[in-house]
Amino acid sequence: MTEPAAPMPPNETDFTSALQDKIPTTDPSSQWKDVWHQFRKHKGALFGGGFLIFITLAVIIGPYLWTLDPQKINIRSKDWRPVWVLLWSSEARAGWAHPFGTDNLGRDIFATILAGGRVSMAVGWAAMLLALVIGTLVGVLSGYFRKLDFWLMRFTDLVLSLPILPLVLLAVTLFRQPLNSAFGSPEAGMFVLIVGVIGLTNWMPTARIVRGDILALKEREFILAARSIGTSSSAIIRRHLLPNVISPIMVSATLGLATAIITESALSFLGVGFPSDFPTWGKLLSDAVPRMQEYPERVMLPGIMISLTVLGVNYLGDGLRDALDPRIRGR
Amino acid sequence: MLTFTIRRLILSVPTLLFISLVIFGLLQLAPGDPMAQVPLTVPPEVKERMREALGLGQAWYIQYWKWLVQFFWVEPQVLFDHLFGTSFAEGKQRVLSWQTRSPVMDTVVQRIPQTLWVVGLAYIVGIVISIPIGIYSAYRHYSIFDQTGTFVTMIGFSIPPFFTGPLLIVVFSVYLGWLPSIYDTTHVVTDWASFKVQFFQMIMPVMVLALQTTAQISRYMRGSMLDNLNQDYVRTARAKGLRESVVVMVHVLRNSMIPVVTVIALGVPSIFGGAIITENVFKVNGIGQLLLTWLFANDMPGVMTLTFIFAILIVFFNLIADILYGVLDPRIRYD
Repeated sequence: MTEPAAPMPPNETDFTSALQDKIPTTDPSSQWKDVWHQFRKHKGALFGGGFLIFITLAVIIGPYLWTLDPQKINIRSKDWRPVWVLLWSSEARAGWAHPFGTDNLGRDIFATILAGGRVSMAVGWAAMLLALVIGTLVGVLSGYFRKLDFWLMRFTDLVLSLPILPLVLLAVTLFRQPLNSAFGSPEAGMFVLIVGVIGLTNWMPTARIVRGDILALKEREFILAARSIGTSSSAIIRRHLLPNVISPIMVSATLGLATAIITESALSFLGVGFPSDFPTWGKLLSDAVPRMQEYPERVMLPGIMISLTVLGVNYLGDGLRDALDPRIRGR
Repeated sequence: MLTFTIRRLILSVPTLLFISLVIFGLLQLAPGDPMAQVPLTVPPEVKERMREALGLGQAWYIQYWKWLVQFFWVEPQVLFDHLFGTSFAEGKQRVLSWQTRSPVMDTVVQRIPQTLWVVGLAYIVGIVISIPIGIYSAYRHYSIFDQTGTFVTMIGFSIPPFFTGPLLIVVFSVYLGWLPSIYDTTHVVTDWASFKVQFFQMIMPVMVLALQTTAQISRYMRGSMLDNLNQDYVRTARAKGLRESVVVMVHVLRNSMIPVVTVIALGVPSIFGGAIITENVFKVNGIGQLLLTWLFANDMPGVMTLTFIFAILIVFFNLIADILYGVLDPRIRYD
């Protein structure tokens, strides 16, 4: 579209042609096509997003392909080493029956890591979505309705100055028992508790960003136009405002996912997470720490899974931020 | 500036009250009964008397008010007495731990130096490492150093401390045997040899905490330098014929430090939170580990007080960050 203007010989036909509309040489590209084009340039983000999709699919589909029961105790084949130990010591107890080895009760580590990943990823996604919904709601309400703005933002500031990790520890320890009995099974109660606690303590950054964007958008002409033809407030928010704040929401979603996964693992590591026979990555890691001298792989494998997932999510967030920012895009 | 500071100080009082109310409410709503461990053979009326002895018999607002008075009125007096040898707090009720029946603040004061040594040193080490990395990778944008630096900080950002901790222990204590895996807080430094022991045992906890700080602050430093390096005043400074070192280290650095300093101040509370995990990994008996001990022992006054101390830290450093921002950046005027 921006070709350099060629010097034109001054004759009449060219003057009229200069007045005619130029036909664009390329097809107009949609916003999401541009975003994808920019996103593709960020190799780390591509790998990060790819890894996140891979790990999510792996923990969903994996247990159907690798059908060993992660809870099944088989004391005869306990303490197998992972299969790559055979490379340097041929007398190690290892084999393709248990590629990552077995733990001190003979449970297959590959299966427990898949099962643990299922829980960790489920907690991460659910807590992230909860935080996102609360944050967007507070942000939109406070940005759009001036009466609510002051009190909602003061409330956000107050929640931001709460000591998050101590409070999360406190809530999880104190409310473990009643929720377990309320939901029937300890796992379900713990899942709701952890997701709720992480979601309720992580919505503030989203709320602030969304509010800022809504405040700026609300004064634009298209909102005025929508209002002048009698669009109701809820329709303005749904049809005109929310689609325009989708990019900051997506960026803070990636950050939220990383925080949620790390917080859940930290809780499990400190021993206040899911019940002991229920594997999550943080739980597997902390269970393996006392014997990490003999079996370092049991610490390494869940640790690497957590770190790679969080790394992937962080890179994805970086790439999304660049791709969704129209000032950077196209450079 | 002074009015702003005073206004913020006054505003922090309701904030702190709200936070203490949230913590207190959480503890009140919790169904945990401190009498749960008492044998069933103890008759109910004796149990009731024991509850009253713990201060549990009254309504929640009376309990809350008493805690407020003890924390904000009696404890400062105890501190004052301790400093000046007066006896204002004589015979007044202090916040007592249910577990040890001793004043909570005494235990906290015993534990704080360990935490401060590890956390404080880690923070300083992190800042000292991260700022040069940030400056250089912004100055040589897209160079190999920048690419590796960004990658390494991204990794440091993503690996949680409860993984780096055991990882370092496996490598440096188990395989190499260079460093002790447990932090011995009873160790006293008297001479060079004992200083070396202290130094070696501090390396790992400090490095684990410093990794997080380094990752975060160097990212901010790099971003802030990049924003400033393309500004017009930098071109003017170069056009005047200033040396490159003066341009970067004086003109650009001073302007880039403004947001970074606030980030440094805002990060202090979160590193105390991270210390809960690190102290647990390396068995440092600081306040993070104390919180866990009290939490598992259902020691409500202890947990309440300690969580509130964390809250005070956050509110205090938020205030510091706001004030620093106003002091450092003359464009910011709070009126």
